[in-house]
Amino acid sequence: MRESKEHPPVANHRFYSSRNLWSGFLFGMGLVTFLDEFIFHQLLYWHHFYDRTTTAVGLISDGLFHAFSWIATIGGLFMFADLKRRRQVNVKRWWGGVFIGAGAFQLYDGIIHHKIMRIHQIRYVENVIVYDIVWNVTASILLIIGISIISRKTNHA
Amino acid sequence: MSGNISSSSLYPSEIILATPFVTLLFLYCSAVYLNMKHGKRWSVFRTLYWIMGTLFALLSVTGPIARLSHEQFPVHMLGHLLLGMLSPLLTVLGAPVTLLLRTLSVKQARRITAWLKAKPFVILSNPIFASFLNIGGLWLLYTTDLYDLMHQNLYLYLLIHMHVFLAGYVFTASIIYIDPVFHRRSYTYRLIVLTVALGAHSVLSKYIYAYPPSGVTRSEAETGGMLMYYGGDLIDIVLILIFCTQWYKASRPRFRSPVEKH
Repeated sequence: MRESKEHPPVANHRFYSSRNLWSGFLFGMGLVTFLDEFIFHQLLYWHHFYDRTTTAVGLISDGLFHAFSWIATIGGLFMFADLKRRRQVNVKRWWGGVFIGAGAFQLYDGIIHHKIMRIHQIRYVENVIVYDIVWNVTASILLIIGISIISRKTNHA
Repeated sequence: MSGNISSSSLYPSEIILATPFVTLLFLYCSAVYLNMKHGKRWSVFRTLYWIMGTLFALLSVTGPIARLSHEQFPVHMLGHLLLGMLSPLLTVLGAPVTLLLRTLSVKQARRITAWLKAKPFVILSNPIFASFLNIGGLWLLYTTDLYDLMHQNLYLYLLIHMHVFLAGYVFTASIIYIDPVFHRRSYTYRLIVLTVALGAHSVLSKYIYAYPPSGVTRSEAETGGMLMYYGGDLIDIVLILIFCTQWYKASRPRFRSPVEKH
């Protein structure tokens, strides 16, 4: 969250364009972490708080992402409010950012957190590989949707 | 220090820990009264924050929570969330330095201001230093024998509990600026430190869950660790909301941007 400065028109346009993307990205990332916590930890009890195979670096990555996700969700929304009062909202770039943030984090969670750092598994069942595939394919689809939204020609607000 | 929890009289350790909070509450209310008498206004909300902050600190260091926390780790953790996070947040929101400067004469207030600009306060207001004091202290407490020793030594017990509150206060004040701060850090700088500090808090909670502190059973460490993790979140969300609101107000557009003119 940079403090605002005055920019020449072109730089200004580029600045707000990337601001929209970042605001969406942060919010999307935070939202998916929140849903992960709410659905898989609290509602379904599939994810475990900690399992004995967790690596030390896994604990650190999990803790940092956990803290960052709250800051990202709230900060992303405040950045959006800031864009709105400056009349610089670009809906397509913002939503593109949301999908990219959500997909990128879910993919990181699915591959790095679950498989490499072994923080916890999606569900403690025999054929967890099926769950892993569904998880990571969903993540990739979200990511692809996000990239296709922002790479299409957009009319700027 | 251990004993019958239903006993109505306070233990010496409880009186020693409660005295500063009660004294400060008395001073705060006197200052508010003096201001009102001289026709100067003081926010009702700030006063309420300070009173609530004091009450949560007292709830933590005296009575059932303080007494049960010697035997039950989850209760100890609840006490620490109140003393180290909630009470500091509320007392910071009470803006005690602003109230003090307003109550004193101009000459006295200038002297206090000069004092607050001195090196020790500049170091204390650095979020990195404050984070080390706060989270570093917690790591020391729960990953060494200190936690066990604290329950055998009265002085250590008093020292650690004062430290938990003060470090929590210094940390909160280094992140959100309510009182005058003479060496201000940028939002980006504070945000990065906040992320790392909260992250270290989450990591420690899971570490406690996985490796119980000395003298704590596995099931108690698991409950206590989860309480620290999710309880910490609740208070962190308020801290983040205040931080973002301050950023939102400070970064409000003052000029029409060139793009808007078309």
